[in-house]
Amino acid sequence: MHLAYPAVLSALLFCTGLYGVLARRNAILVLMSVELMLNAVNLNLVAFDVWLSKTARDTLHSGQALTLFTIAIAAAEIGIGLAIVLAVYRNRGTSDIDRLRDTAEGHETDGPDSDAPAAEKAEATA
Amino acid sequence: MTTTTLAVLVPLLPFLAAVAGLLLGRTAPGFVRPLAVLPTLTALVLAVLVAGRQGGGQAISAATELTPTGSIPIELSLYIDGFAALVAVLVGVVATCVQIYSTGYLRDDPRYPSYAALVSLFTSAMLLVVYSGDLIVLLVGWEVMGICSYFLVGHYWETPEARAASLKAFLVTKLGDVPFLIGLFALATDAGSFQITKVLGTVASGGLDHPTRIALLLLAGVAGKSAQFPLHTWLPDAMAGPTPVSALIHAATMVAAGVYFVARLLPVFEASAAAMVVLAVMAAVTMIGSGLCALAQDDIKRVLAYSTIGQLGYMTGALAVGDRGAAVFHLLSHGAFKALLFLAAGVIIHAAGTNSLAAMSRMSHLRDRVPDAYWTMSVALLALAAIPPFSGFFSKESVLGAAEHVATGHAERVPGSTGWIVLVAGLVTALLTAAYATRLWLLAFRGRGTEAPDHGRQPLSMTVVLWVLAVPSLAFGGLAYRTLPDWFGGRDLTPTLLTSVLGTGLALVGLLATYGAWQHTTALAARVPMGAVAAHPEGGAGLVEEEAIVGHEPAYGDVAYAADPADPGRLLLGPLYRHAAVGFHLDAVYSALFVRPVRAGASLVQFLDREVVDTYVRGAAALPRLLGAAVRRAQTGNVQTYVSALLAGTVVLAVAVLLVATGA
Repeated sequence: MHLAYPAVLSALLFCTGLYGVLARRNAILVLMSVELMLNAVNLNLVAFDVWLSKTARDTLHSGQALTLFTIAIAAAEIGIGLAIVLAVYRNRGTSDIDRLRDTAEGHETDGPDSDAPAAEKAEATA
Repeated sequence: MTTTTLAVLVPLLPFLAAVAGLLLGRTAPGFVRPLAVLPTLTALVLAVLVAGRQGGGQAISAATELTPTGSIPIELSLYIDGFAALVAVLVGVVATCVQIYSTGYLRDDPRYPSYAALVSLFTSAMLLVVYSGDLIVLLVGWEVMGICSYFLVGHYWETPEARAASLKAFLVTKLGDVPFLIGLFALATDAGSFQITKVLGTVASGGLDHPTRIALLLLAGVAGKSAQFPLHTWLPDAMAGPTPVSALIHAATMVAAGVYFVARLLPVFEASAAAMVVLAVMAAVTMIGSGLCALAQDDIKRVLAYSTIGQLGYMTGALAVGDRGAAVFHLLSHGAFKALLFLAAGVIIHAAGTNSLAAMSRMSHLRDRVPDAYWTMSVALLALAAIPPFSGFFSKESVLGAAEHVATGHAERVPGSTGWIVLVAGLVTALLTAAYATRLWLLAFRGRGTEAPDHGRQPLSMTVVLWVLAVPSLAFGGLAYRTLPDWFGGRDLTPTLLTSVLGTGLALVGLLATYGAWQHTTALAARVPMGAVAAHPEGGAGLVEEEAIVGHEPAYGDVAYAADPADPGRLLLGPLYRHAAVGFHLDAVYSALFVRPVRAGASLVQFLDREVVDTYVRGAAALPRLLGAAVRRAQTGNVQTYVSALLAGTVVLAVAVLLVATGA
């Protein structure tokens, strides 16, 4: 198989993931898009590893090893990511990234209903 | 023990008492009173022993150098001649009396432990000044006395009067001490030593290069310490301190340190005729001015303060005519009767509940309430007014006799003009002294009106001391004037006939004039009711005095003055009265000349700091702040925006790298 096919496919996958990260609002979908980008990289790693092993005989297949490594890290990462999203959802009742702007400059907890989430937050940390 | 050991112990014991008092004051309050009285008493006994062994003979001199200190050596040294031995006895007597008196006077005072320790420290410093044979060691004692005076004047620091007075006393005396220090250095440079004996040896051999300059610099310090014109203004205000402090520090001992210093180094001053004339003029202005001021004061302690300034003027006058024997004779007798006057005044203030003479003149039977104070104060006032045979007569006549001796041209080293200045001023002051002493006595003890409040008898510790001090006030002069010349090795101190008759006659004139004026004005007293007494007349003496000082200004309009038409001083002084009451506006002049320019300078510096220097600092911060404000806008809180920016940046970098790599 020619190297171009997996390369184009991984580029497409990466662009799809990138679009998802930049454009989706739901935090879970953003995480899924991150996975897409990671997998695009994995695909590239495997494809180039095969291509390299054709030209040079004795390789360590480091591309494949790195792929396994990435998959393991991605599993851990998605676990933590989902846990955070769940905690945020429990706290705020939403997982919409556009509304999670606490780190904005000049941000203040607004409105009369800001007390209740603050109390919940205190409970959650306690 | 050798005499040297005894002499070292004299200043050391009160010092150790002060340290122990400061350390133990809170933890062991039972030891405070014995620690205050006993070491001072022991120091007195030792000082008497030292004086007995010295006996007016050869000076005791001992020195040890602790460590090399550079060019001119500084040694811990003793130099005890007749002057030092007798002045130390006086300091011991007055300090012991004051410590005993204070146990009664400040019985209920919560700050008594630190007060007693500071008085002990002061006593130790004064004894150090008296015994020291090294000018730098003397200066140490001199400055320790200054700081003790500051703390003790400010003893009632809750009151604004005491705070202001302590600061004023400190600043004014320091103003004199700076030239004093420079003068000491100049003297030591010329003489090559700080040792008093060596300095005097250099002077005797004519080795002093700048006698006038040195003498005038030293005189500034002496004027500050001994409250001579024009640096005397702190002393009347220092009366905001407790009465025993006024008696010890601001009447009997510390203010006499300046006189004592000049007496020790008199040959240095005699080397310069100009310095002697300055000294004489200073003494004359001080004497007459303070006498006039004393006639117009309403606060009983301020009358005594101005009287102290005047009597110190007599001493500097005696020094100006080159007779240190007469000066120290007057110092000794004045120390005894002035301490007695102050301590008796403390008893009177406690009994009357006020420090205002105007209020006392409207109180009858005050003398029956405090018979001890009445009798002893009468003795002391007679001594002050120099009526024979009280001790003040002999010492004052010795001063006048010395002045006359010089004025008639019998002295070779001192110009005759100084003799005339001192003699005339001394005679005028004798008149004024008798007048204000009579006024004080009449107003305090011959008042008519409502009966004085009865608080029962005064504490024994306060009244016994008065009688102890009454003995030297009565008899010291008459007994001592024959033997003192042996101690001082100077001129005969026997009163001469001419000055005695003149002085006593003028004193009697002053006495009778005041009595006449009082007879004339006392009828007015009933018409103008006056008198405000302390809020807690049943309280301890210290509390009553504090309230009396604080209450004077709201009650009478001024700290020093009361608009009392029945005051005989008003009739005697006429239009001068109003000016004399405020010390001839000298404080106002100083305020205009020094205080206001300093304040204006301070506000200028404040302006420069706040408005000029700070502007640069703020300007330097303005650009970073603007940049920060611009960059802060990028923080929207939306993660996706950040990632987009990251992507855009990556793309730009990648394109740039590609372009560079391809060489486009």
